[in-house]
Amino acid sequence: MQHQYRHRRGRRFPRSASGPSGHGPFPTGGRRIVLAGNPNVGKSVVFNALTGLYVDVSNYPGTTVDLSSGRWGSDLVVDTPGIYGVSSFTDEERVAREIIVTADIIINVIDGAHLERDLFLTLHLADLGRPMVVALNMLDEARRSGLRIDTAALEAALGVPVVPTVAVRGEGLDQLKAAIEQARTANSLLPPELQAEVNRRSEQHRDRAEALLSLEDDAAALARTGTAPSHRREEIYQARRTAVDRLVKQVVQETSEQASFGTILGRLAVRPLTGLPLLALILWGLYQLIGVFVAQTVVGFTEETLLIGYWEPLVRGLVGRLVDLESVVGQLLAGEFGLLTMTITYLLGLLLPLVVGFYLFLSLLEDSGYLPRIAVLVDRVLTGIGLNGRAIIPIIVGLGCVTMATMTTRALSTTRERRIAIFLVTLAVPCSAQLGVILGLLAPLGPVYFAVYLAVITLVFGLTGKLLNTVLPGRSSDLLIDLPPLRWPILGNVVRKTWAKSYSFIREAAPLFAVGALLIGILQQTGTLAGLEGWLAPLTVGWLGLPAAAARAFIMGFVRRDFGAAGLSTLAMSHPQQLAALVTITLFVPCIASVLTIIKERGRVEGALMWVGSLTIAFLVGGVVFRLAQLLPA
Amino acid sequence: MTTTLARLERGQLARIMRIDDPGVRAQALRFGIGEGAEIACQERVPFGPVIIRKGRQEIAIGRNLAGRITVEV
Repeated sequence: MQHQYRHRRGRRFPRSASGPSGHGPFPTGGRRIVLAGNPNVGKSVVFNALTGLYVDVSNYPGTTVDLSSGRWGSDLVVDTPGIYGVSSFTDEERVAREIIVTADIIINVIDGAHLERDLFLTLHLADLGRPMVVALNMLDEARRSGLRIDTAALEAALGVPVVPTVAVRGEGLDQLKAAIEQARTANSLLPPELQAEVNRRSEQHRDRAEALLSLEDDAAALARTGTAPSHRREEIYQARRTAVDRLVKQVVQETSEQASFGTILGRLAVRPLTGLPLLALILWGLYQLIGVFVAQTVVGFTEETLLIGYWEPLVRGLVGRLVDLESVVGQLLAGEFGLLTMTITYLLGLLLPLVVGFYLFLSLLEDSGYLPRIAVLVDRVLTGIGLNGRAIIPIIVGLGCVTMATMTTRALSTTRERRIAIFLVTLAVPCSAQLGVILGLLAPLGPVYFAVYLAVITLVFGLTGKLLNTVLPGRSSDLLIDLPPLRWPILGNVVRKTWAKSYSFIREAAPLFAVGALLIGILQQTGTLAGLEGWLAPLTVGWLGLPAAAARAFIMGFVRRDFGAAGLSTLAMSHPQQLAALVTITLFVPCIASVLTIIKERGRVEGALMWVGSLTIAFLVGGVVFRLAQLLPA
Repeated sequence: MTTTLARLERGQLARIMRIDDPGVRAQALRFGIGEGAEIACQERVPFGPVIIRKGRQEIAIGRNLAGRITVEV
């Protein structure tokens, strides 16, 4: 199924400012059909059925949220991120909200087995006043779990077509396509008094959606309509909840209380006795997929064979014909840190395979519904350091690439959590580039040194988190997440999502890596790099007790963290020296691309503080470890 | 008897009385759980989140937050 897609590159999704009929880069004239629904209800399958071959996946500006759009006849179809209501609490919601309010027609996909949850969004969408159709999906699962749904009654209550579907098997999709032409404005099930207020505001603002959202104190709608908060959100949500509960009673008949296999498995996954071994098994799978297969086999081929073996000599040859390779320009283009040599090799040879591997793994976890269960299991540990279970995502991703992890923290709820997560990942989570080299250097030192290394890094991670949680003002958010039943992920969707996320990461990160390489190239050409080494030497020799040449390894760590770690392998050092050096290089500042990303995300002051912070902690801990390591058996 | 969500035993039934945080209230309402809702404690991770169930809907709530949600058993 994944072969159906063809992606066109380099286009950004048209902003809502382009208007309801979808101007911008898309041909005009057609209607704008928007798919909306809770996470994992099968929206993507409906989307694929409508759009078929030509799909455009892009990153919504300023977010890591990707949007798919395609054509159905002359109409534009847009798939939005899964949401539970129309509001602006998270990035995903903001993006979905922006797209939904510009819809000409909304297709609301709902999970028949979870109507209590899904109908809240349905009634929310209904209140927006846009023509809509409901796809009552996953009816097979609902039936299997002993639910009978009165489609006609639901249709009558909502006042819009409700089409029963089992999208994964293609059932009901033709009927859904036909029903799009019958899309109508739904009945609002809000109490008359609230409806009257929405009507009054609609006349004033000429848009029912913005009128409703402004009444719900939605930040974007308040700004757009220039109104003051009415503090009535809760009253409206409560009314909607009451209406949903009443509607569910009316249309759903429970013939038997049967938990599906996915539900039972989902429950076992959060019970520590069964859940922790399962988590261990999945992490082992992650290690086999990324640590062994991608990092060794795939990268060995892409980096060593393809890029260093074929690409770099080719580029040097070509550049050498135009300019002298030893000249400044020649070096900046094709030298040790050259834009066309090192940057390309690093990005495409090393990072791309790892990033694809990580996103593949994350998409599988996300689409199967397992990801929230990991968050539940690790929540206790993470609350101690001012994070909640959801922060496990950037931490896992940090083992891949700190730059990628920094971008992923956009999904965390508060600035406080983002700060803590970014700093901890920057400081104490070794990225995949250096992880391999570090493990390679640790192995000959024996199990005691390995255990000490692990203990030191974990301790630094925990203590720094504790400290930040104590000193940073404000309060972090608590875990509050929906646990969907476990389901088999649909391969096509996983592949498409992996591709979309990897592509947008590379597109966003590539310029940063290029700028980073250029900066380092200039530092090298001007002799500053050598100067820095001299400046760093007293610290590395006097405090860390390392050979003078180790300073160069640390400086290389600015460029690429694995260069730093690899630079240590050629030095003759005692075991305590090696341990101290490895601890320091792990905690040491992130590569220059990550620093640029952090500055981009968090501003210059915070970026600089984090940089100085990790530098200080790295040397402090490294020196202490060197002294204590003298006590270890040789 | 009034207690908090954090103190429920696995399998215990309760009615949500009060959720102190407006943002949490809004989010919980969307998941299907408002003040007055009847829920069951599905699972409690030792020292970790409490998982509650209403109908077929399961929600995980951090332990601290669960301690601030008043329920009647």
